[in-house]
Amino acid sequence: MNEPIAVIRVARAFGPTVEGEAVVSREGFSPRYDLDRWSGVITKPGHRLEGVSLRDKICFFPTAKGGIAAGWAFYDIKHKGIAPKALLFGVTNPVMVQGAVFANLTITEGWDRDPEECVRTGDWVRVDTQRKVIEVLRRPRSGA
Amino acid sequence: MHFNAEEQAMLAGHRGPAVREALEYQIHVGEFFGAERFVPIANAHMMGDIEVMGDGGLAFLRAALEKRARCTVPITTNARCVDFEFAAQLGQDPNEVEKERQLIGLLRDMNILTTDTCINYQTLYQPHVGEHVAWGDTGTVIYANSVFGARSNFESGPAAFAAAITGRTPEYGFHLDSHRRGTFVVRVEADLADLADWGALGKIIGESHQNYYAVPVFVGVSRSPSADELKHLGCALASYGSMGMFHMVGVTPEAPTLAAALGGNTPSDEEITVTATDIERVYAGYDLKDGNGRLVVFSGPQLSLFEIKQLAELFAGRKIHPDTSVFVTTSNGVKSAARALGYAQTLEQAGAKILEGVCFYILQNLSQMRTANGWTNMVSNSAKIVNIIGAHKFNTILRRTRECVDVACAGRIESGRAE
Repeated sequence: MNEPIAVIRVARAFGPTVEGEAVVSREGFSPRYDLDRWSGVITKPGHRLEGVSLRDKICFFPTAKGGIAAGWAFYDIKHKGIAPKALLFGVTNPVMVQGAVFANLTITEGWDRDPEECVRTGDWVRVDTQRKVIEVLRRPRSGA
Repeated sequence: MHFNAEEQAMLAGHRGPAVREALEYQIHVGEFFGAERFVPIANAHMMGDIEVMGDGGLAFLRAALEKRARCTVPITTNARCVDFEFAAQLGQDPNEVEKERQLIGLLRDMNILTTDTCINYQTLYQPHVGEHVAWGDTGTVIYANSVFGARSNFESGPAAFAAAITGRTPEYGFHLDSHRRGTFVVRVEADLADLADWGALGKIIGESHQNYYAVPVFVGVSRSPSADELKHLGCALASYGSMGMFHMVGVTPEAPTLAAALGGNTPSDEEITVTATDIERVYAGYDLKDGNGRLVVFSGPQLSLFEIKQLAELFAGRKIHPDTSVFVTTSNGVKSAARALGYAQTLEQAGAKILEGVCFYILQNLSQMRTANGWTNMVSNSAKIVNIIGAHKFNTILRRTRECVDVACAGRIESGRAE
């Protein structure tokens, strides 16, 4: 197998190892304040990802936003079939972790290099929770 | 993590599948945060209603009951999305209202006290210094840690539920001394006369320090604040900053002195000073749009009896503008007392609706309600609700309590000074 384009080491990880298309956000995330929980699309007016669907995506967010109600939200959107594959946070809070674990959704916290430098939206990414690494495997040609 | 004999027995299934699964879930969360062990809890508080849980959550609760899940420590519920007395009037979806009824029944069957309040710390249970609890919402957690000196992380619905089933929670975050020390210092030079001023202070500090483990230490507060003032400060810090704890020197139990509050930490920033001008700048920062004053909300957090009394005094003998809706939310206990004392009648005579057991921002069908009523601006004295209701596309405006009452009666919000 080819060498990954980039590797990010994470401090903490839970969930199955997954692969998918990356969505990289400069803005933090709450599944209640930002996400339409019936479509899986970010609908908060003015959010940097407004209009973007998170369904089946590997999502990079610098921070977590939102309160306790977010704890049920991941289970809810997974039940509806519109959940992302993984949530990768720079800094998160317990509610996000409790919610992701409850939904058996892959979640990580902390990274040794800024994804802004080495991952682009649309890249094909693997999150290995055992080895605690995020690997950028492929980049679409148009973006190369 | 290390497990004692009781926990090992739980993992072996000796107390049934519901307990085993709850503990396994807690272990995953604990391991994520590097917890070494569990700590026993004496009280839990959970958020669980159909708006936040959806059909998936409801199915989970049904399955848990079938596995004979039963809470073993006292657990109360947070504000929910339906006040059944008002559901039809508010145009809430009858199917969802019915699911809410079923959900409440399931919770009661699992030994949960469906108290439906986010001010449990004022009305139901006051933990002592050092007591471990598993609480959510965020406003309850920051109050428990800061004002009572109790110990809790933000525990979301599934986490608080699991904690009440197993009687314990993983020891990480604010259960540990290392996270409870102050990390930066805020000097308060403003005279904070209104509850909204305390919320504005929380907004200023929370917005600029968005970090669960940031612990502000307030110094220079000129008088002893009331429980309601600390409530509004805490709710705003938790909402804007995702913070779970603060200290106030001379006020909160772990802050007899600045040095004690910092516990050996070197503050991460230079001391921040908040003046009256900074507070006024918060009020001046809201766009009033077309001055629409059709919605005024006193909610998020629910009101204490003292807040209701103050509102009744401000509304006494006045009439809310016919095009304006005013909502007050509180607990069943507070509303009952307000009824007995006549405050509820005064508010209702002015035209306000007092909803019990709910929070305005999680009301089922809120977006549809907004459209149907032509609500654009939402005016409130709560900095927290002004922050969190944005996803429903309200334009929100924070104002002092008395001015909220004036807006309600005039049906308009005018530009100019906030006072």
